[in-house]
Amino acid sequence: MTVVAPQPLPKIATGIAGFDEISYGGLPRQRTTLLKGGPGSGKTVFALQCLVNAVRKRKERGIFVAFEETTGQLLANAGTFNWGLPAMMKKKLFFLDARLSPEVVQSGEFDLSGMLAMLKAKKEELGAGWIVFDGIDVLLTLLRDPAAEMREIYRIRDWLAENGMSAIITAKTEGGLSDAVNYDFMQFMVDCVVRLNRRLEHGVSLHRLQITKYRGSDFMAGEFPLAFDATGMDVAPPEPAEIRHPASTERISAGFERLDKMLGGGLFRGSSTLITGLPGTSKTTLAGKFAEAACRRGERTLFVSFDEGADPIVRNLASVDIQFRRHLKSGLLRMYSARTESTGPEDHLAKVKALIRDHSPRCVVIDPISAIAKAGAVEAARAVASRLIYMLKDRGITVFLTAINQGDDPAAEATDLQVSTIADTWIHLSYLIRSGERNRALTIIKSRGTWHSNQVRELVLSSGGPVLADVYTAGGEVLMGTLRWEKEDEERGKTLQRRAEFDHKRRELQISEADTHARIKGLEHDLERQRAELALYSSDNEARIVSSSEREKELRRIRSADPAKRNGSNGSRK
Amino acid sequence: MAHASKTLRLRLYVAGGAPNSVRAIANLAAICKEHLQSAFKLEIIDVLQFPLRALADGVLVTPHLTKLSPSPATKIVGNLSDRGRVLDALGIRK
Repeated sequence: MTVVAPQPLPKIATGIAGFDEISYGGLPRQRTTLLKGGPGSGKTVFALQCLVNAVRKRKERGIFVAFEETTGQLLANAGTFNWGLPAMMKKKLFFLDARLSPEVVQSGEFDLSGMLAMLKAKKEELGAGWIVFDGIDVLLTLLRDPAAEMREIYRIRDWLAENGMSAIITAKTEGGLSDAVNYDFMQFMVDCVVRLNRRLEHGVSLHRLQITKYRGSDFMAGEFPLAFDATGMDVAPPEPAEIRHPASTERISAGFERLDKMLGGGLFRGSSTLITGLPGTSKTTLAGKFAEAACRRGERTLFVSFDEGADPIVRNLASVDIQFRRHLKSGLLRMYSARTESTGPEDHLAKVKALIRDHSPRCVVIDPISAIAKAGAVEAARAVASRLIYMLKDRGITVFLTAINQGDDPAAEATDLQVSTIADTWIHLSYLIRSGERNRALTIIKSRGTWHSNQVRELVLSSGGPVLADVYTAGGEVLMGTLRWEKEDEERGKTLQRRAEFDHKRRELQISEADTHARIKGLEHDLERQRAELALYSSDNEARIVSSSEREKELRRIRSADPAKRNGSNGSRK
Repeated sequence: MAHASKTLRLRLYVAGGAPNSVRAIANLAAICKEHLQSAFKLEIIDVLQFPLRALADGVLVTPHLTKLSPSPATKIVGNLSDRGRVLDALGIRK
């Protein structure tokens, strides 16, 4: 990593996203910058965008000298950007069509002293601080003399220095007509050199930008990816080496309760989730469920789909009760669909970035992220995918990515975009074909920082929405679909049988309990009777004893027996 | 066809005393002397003095020679050292 150096050179911000970062402030003020690169590498766009931003942001005036294209061509090309160039051309920007018409006859050597005199007059009339010489090589080649070319380059340099203008000179260096000699010399002459490069990788054009020289200033070395969107050029600065994502402990729903439970309570806010699977394994449905849940929480959500239109997605998701329409209507949900054929991954990234700036979502779905590699530029796509994920993480946005993998092996994803190594949670969807059925199985392969279920679940789609069902294993085989249903049925049958058996047993027990009760009752009866009998017997006996003594008294009284005698007898007996 | 029937009107744009401009004036003078006698009108404009006018006239590099009439109008850039091309362009060679 380079360190920001003290700035001996005053700089002017170009307003080109990313470039001011890698150049630590922009282009050198009142100095000359050389932009070199092959045809179509973005030199003209860079130069024009600098001028447009100077006019817009600092109310400066500029001159654009076009050696290669007519003003009409330039305007047509710039028309793809929202710069409002035609309005600026009235008073703020002066375009000089400096192509030497083929009808002009050349006889002997010419020079630029006249042109520079005219430009000086124009500069003073306009108050211009900026000048662009676009495609200077085209004119200089007409001199057909390296010494003369060098002389004219010197002339321009002196003129720029005298007039104190900030200048951009563009020149084709690769695949152009000119020999590189003079441009090496030009690199020596200018204060800053920016190299633009476009190459084709598997039919996709990839743009790169590199600062190769910056006199008196430090800059970030290396090639940086370049993308174009409606605002112009966008340079992707390097990701900071240090990762500083705040780690949230807030859990949010992944869309449905069962999945949240499998994830130990939901997804962490700001985390990234990757869903892999073959086509048709319901990746979009899961992603849709997540997006819908986010909208229901009132969170702004962005749904990016590649190679499938927003309308069919909305319709298809509605069939499994995932309703996007009202969220689209309320503006909470924003959908963006793009084709991936022949569009570079960088441009997709730029577009998604712009959407995020514009919509500021808290949740994002990208379905499928693997599509950005479809056009073939795998290496670039890989870099874009990771930059995208880090960019979302830096903003604390929770993201759901889907990826189509080849074959049913989840590890196949790892060889492709390598998103799985960056993603916090990785859910894999697969098919299980058995007994003439194709069923969907959901597995959580990883989920960082949280407990998660290690069990396979069956994903069942119905008009009521996706549902996760338990799966059975029987004899070491996972049962799903009808087999699962049969197994469930069997389980239900067994339960019923168990219940019947239980009922039967209970009734039996109740009967024997009643029987015992009855027997207890009988015995109690016996006991009572015996007690009664016993009581009866005891009282009878007592009565007999009482009556016998009474009878003896009575007898004595009747016989007038001497009680004393009796007592005496008793006493004598004592 | 290159008779003095119609007056040849020429305009030469130069950049002050720049070497190519000085050379162009000399070359043109020689051509006129040899091929045109007196049947021509030449106007020399110094771009350093009238830059905005030259710009409006469509001048880019100097020296720049324009044949205003007879038509067709032609433009020649350079110090006019290639006399053959100048004569062709002005239509004054047999």
